Amino acid sequence: MSAKRVEEYLKVEHLCKTFGSGEARSEVLRDISLDVARGEFIAIIGHSGCGKSTLLNIVAGLTEATSGYVFLEGREVHQPGPDRAVVFQNHSLLPWLTVYDNVRLAVDKIFRATKTSAERHEWTLRNLELVHMTSAMKKRPGEISGGMKQRVGIARALAMSPKVLLLDEPFGALDALTRAHLQEQVMQIHADLGNTVLMITHDVDEAVLLSDRIVMMTNGPAAQIGELHTVPLARPRNRLELIADASYIASRGKVLEFLHRKSHYVEAA
Amino acid sequence: MTPGVARLRQLRARVARIAGVVLPPVLMLALLGVVWEVLCSAPDATLPPPSKVVADTWELIIHPLYDNGGNDKGLFWHLFASLKRVSLGYALAASGGIALGVLIGSSKWAMRALDPLFQVLRTIPPLAWLPLSLAAFRDGQPSAIFVIFITAIWPIVINTAVGVRNIPEDYRNVSRVLRLNGFEFFTHIMLPAAAPYIFTGLRIGIGLSWLAIVAAEMLIGGVGIGFFIWDAWNSSLISDIILALIYVGIIGFLLDRVVAFTGKLAGRGTVSV
Repeated sequence: MSAKRVEEYLKVEHLCKTFGSGEARSEVLRDISLDVARGEFIAIIGHSGCGKSTLLNIVAGLTEATSGYVFLEGREVHQPGPDRAVVFQNHSLLPWLTVYDNVRLAVDKIFRATKTSAERHEWTLRNLELVHMTSAMKKRPGEISGGMKQRVGIARALAMSPKVLLLDEPFGALDALTRAHLQEQVMQIHADLGNTVLMITHDVDEAVLLSDRIVMMTNGPAAQIGELHTVPLARPRNRLELIADASYIASRGKVLEFLHRKSHYVEAA
Repeated sequence: MTPGVARLRQLRARVARIAGVVLPPVLMLALLGVVWEVLCSAPDATLPPPSKVVADTWELIIHPLYDNGGNDKGLFWHLFASLKRVSLGYALAASGGIALGVLIGSSKWAMRALDPLFQVLRTIPPLAWLPLSLAAFRDGQPSAIFVIFITAIWPIVINTAVGVRNIPEDYRNVSRVLRLNGFEFFTHIMLPAAAPYIFTGLRIGIGLSWLAIVAAEMLIGGVGIGFFIWDAWNSSLISDIILALIYVGIIGFLLDRVVAFTGKLAGRGTVSV
């Protein structure tokens, strides 16, 4: 049994989340189960307010589930930890630290016992290089653009060497060109490092382009997994070549149809 | 255009800019001086005009460092004694206030238990504490320091608590993902995030300290600018009082600037963008 779970890597089992109690009780998630293989890139898509972020926060350990379990490599997850690094929606960099120090803080905390100071410096630089931010590493978050901040957020998360990378609508607040650029970088990093990724998004193209499987969530309250779609596209993927690709168009159509037909849009509270 | 002309223009623009900042207050000061001079030059005027103030206090102005023993010292020594009391009391208030503020800012129960108490205590006027502290310490020096402490601590406590309570949830989440321990959270997240609030409290605190010390020293006696003023009043040396008030104002202004500047240095980059 436990051997099977290791194989499954990340496993979400019958997860339910209810906020409040009595009259104000609101059921956000109902019976969510999901198996994620090592190295898999999963996109979770749904209308705003459907509980996607709650699901991610529960996997991150930042929010406690009302019932159900999250297992990572066969061990139950209760608390947040660097093995499930989060890239927050609004970057969440500490504004009083430089770009370098923001990443270094994470590196120092996690590798204090296992790496020397010089190694930690190297490791910090290496992760900044992955997102092409070494040139601005002396700057503070207030002095760089939104896209750059998000890249630093990604570098900080990668620097933790997480088992799972959790991306909470990481490119939601960016303009289309910057977003496309960062999507390329994330694809490249995923190809190089083989991370297991859970990404929340409300962008259909982003979901199809980046992920191996798309989890489509029904609208809240009591959101459930409506459908799972495996994206049948080989990697590396090229956004321009895919525009006319039949299976890309089919995947895109499937997700769009789900979002617009099978889950009625309800204005988020 | 030759470089010489360009430089001349630049220079002229700079002079104009500096004059624009310096001239208005200087002119205003001169105007007030003239009005004061005119108003107080009448033979039945109760207060001396500025010319008389300068003439009367010339000895004090040019010899701030004289020391004839006892309380007969130059103004520098009086101000120095007051500043010493303020810095001691203020240092205690700052460290105690930040500690208490962190406590009630991070613990709901400490907040519920202490906040009502603080809200009442902070309305007590500084001088009302003096008799009680004289009774407790049986000495003027510690009593004055205590009055400074108790005056300055409330805005520091309250502002620190607000700052700690307002640490964005995002920063807390970052620290939870990184599993920062209590001490790491305190130094890496809490202090820098709350720094702007803490310095607001510190700045109000230093202003209040300086307000309180003059009043307290009038009552406890000894060396100090407050006592100097009271002593001058008892000897009817009105010009001495006016000179002392000018010094008190300037020092108060400088103290405020110093704390504000320190806050600016410490709070560099803490404004979230």
